[in-house]
Amino acid sequence: MIQTLTYYLSFSFIQYALIAGLLISLCASLLGVTLVLKRYSMIGDGLSHVAFGAMSVAAVCSLAPMAVTLPVTILAAVILLGMSSNGKIKGDAAIAMISVGALAIGYLLMNVFTVSSNVSGDVCTTLFGSTSILTLTKNDIILCSVLAAVVILVFILFYHKIFAVTFDENFANATGTNTKLYNNLIAVVTAVVIVLAMNLVGALLVSALIIFPALTAMRIFKSFKSVILGAAVISVTCTLIGLLIAILYGTPVGSTIVIADIVVFGIFSVIGKIKNR
Amino acid sequence: MALIECKNLTLGYEGKPIVSGLDFKVSEGDYLYIIGENGSGKSTLMKALLGHKCVLGGEIIFDKSLSRKEIGYLPQQTVIQRDFPASVKEIVYSGCLNGCGLKPFYSAAQKKHAKEVMAKLGLTELENRCYRELSGGQQQRVLLARALCATKKLLILDEPVAGLDPVVTRNFYQLIEEINKDGITVIMVSHDMNAATEYASHFLHICHTPSFYGTKHDYLCCDVCRVFNAGGDEK
Ligand SMILES: Nc1ncnc2c1ncn2[C@@H]1O[C@H](COP(=O)(O)OP(=O)(O)O)[C@@H](O)[C@H]1O
Ligand SMILES: [Mg+2]
Repeated sequence: MIQTLTYYLSFSFIQYALIAGLLISLCASLLGVTLVLKRYSMIGDGLSHVAFGAMSVAAVCSLAPMAVTLPVTILAAVILLGMSSNGKIKGDAAIAMISVGALAIGYLLMNVFTVSSNVSGDVCTTLFGSTSILTLTKNDIILCSVLAAVVILVFILFYHKIFAVTFDENFANATGTNTKLYNNLIAVVTAVVIVLAMNLVGALLVSALIIFPALTAMRIFKSFKSVILGAAVISVTCTLIGLLIAILYGTPVGSTIVIADIVVFGIFSVIGKIKNR
Repeated sequence: MALIECKNLTLGYEGKPIVSGLDFKVSEGDYLYIIGENGSGKSTLMKALLGHKCVLGGEIIFDKSLSRKEIGYLPQQTVIQRDFPASVKEIVYSGCLNGCGLKPFYSAAQKKHAKEVMAKLGLTELENRCYRELSGGQQQRVLLARALCATKKLLILDEPVAGLDPVVTRNFYQLIEEINKDGITVIMVSHDMNAATEYASHFLHICHTPSFYGTKHDYLCCDVCRVFNAGGDEK
């Protein structure tokens, strides 16, 4: 088994996929903690569907997928966040509407205008990611890695501000922190992470990559910093395990990673229960 | 020089006024107590001072020298997610954020100041504990420490002693007095008349209207004060 693994790992595209995958899962987990604590998990889910819709448009018009999905998803993120903090419109209903709408449009476009002979295969790949991270070109991988690195950098530079806005927005606002600006920053970064993560696990499983590490870390850790660090380690480990298993046994990358996340979540829940008794 | 001036202020929610005709000035170094029955609009006034949209009429004029980043605030109620993982230290430090500007991290001086504040409020032993596992009074002290860390010129406290034990309460009043003597303006909502008469320099008594505003001496002699403290018997 070790031999097969080293054999596979000697391919440069697999190495790139591993690097990109780990970076993507790292930024997904960092942001995931904030999204879970701000009760924005649903927004992440909705955005991934919007990204799917945008991806289909890109595929139909044969444009570069990232060039279309990134701006559309960022726009949707800012709008969704604005709606839910404004409070006038019921946030979750609006999110549900937008996400199902985007899903329907995306599938319709792919079905009607597609040039490929295997529509359901394409849709399935976009939704569940099947093996997509392994089929990305070198340029895509570089773009993914750079974006992921930027997200991580932004997160580190704004760490304390993100904490303040997440913990108690009213206080932060009252004492002169520009909460609107940081909320929008969080929205934009979320959109970037979602588009990136879609390459790794597919549109439907993006939320899993974002929320599982955060929820898992919250079972055991009790300070913000330890939860963030814990989530980062958990996420990277699960992605590594998932990717290696997928490479070795040819299982779909996305689902394998998510199943690794679920297993670790189960283990941490049990440990948390025992510790708290 | 007035730090804050309110002119014929009307406050309320969704177009319905709650208090009206508020006229007062807060000068640098004042220690203003705000008194009034439950529901008379004290918290609403604090929120209005901090920029919430509950001003229906009149105006609040901030002196140009006072920026929002120099205000510390303790809300009457802070709703925190039940499962939020945050240590005491992280929360108190977050009060220093408004002094950071564009700097991404807290400076050594800010951390030192935060540690001193925590020591004065008896939080040093709790600094690594998880906030959600503390008692109500301990949580109140953490939020108080955060407010003090955020304070540069003005400290706004909404019923700060509710839930504190007598020892901490006494330390707290002394701490605020020290801060006030250092030149920081304090605005406090409270029902603790004993402390109020001991420490305050000015009073604002809010009733639906007319309200009273004046110095301590004038307030203690006026009718509004006597009726209020007699529990409303002397109507
Ligand atoms: N967000 C709100 N929306 C509508 N009415 C409110 C809101 N907050 C407070 N009120 C009303 O405003 C009045 C004054 O409240 P408040 O300022 O909290 O009183 P207190 O003087 O006890 O602090 C109360 O009657 C309350 O019902
Ligand atoms: Mg109140």
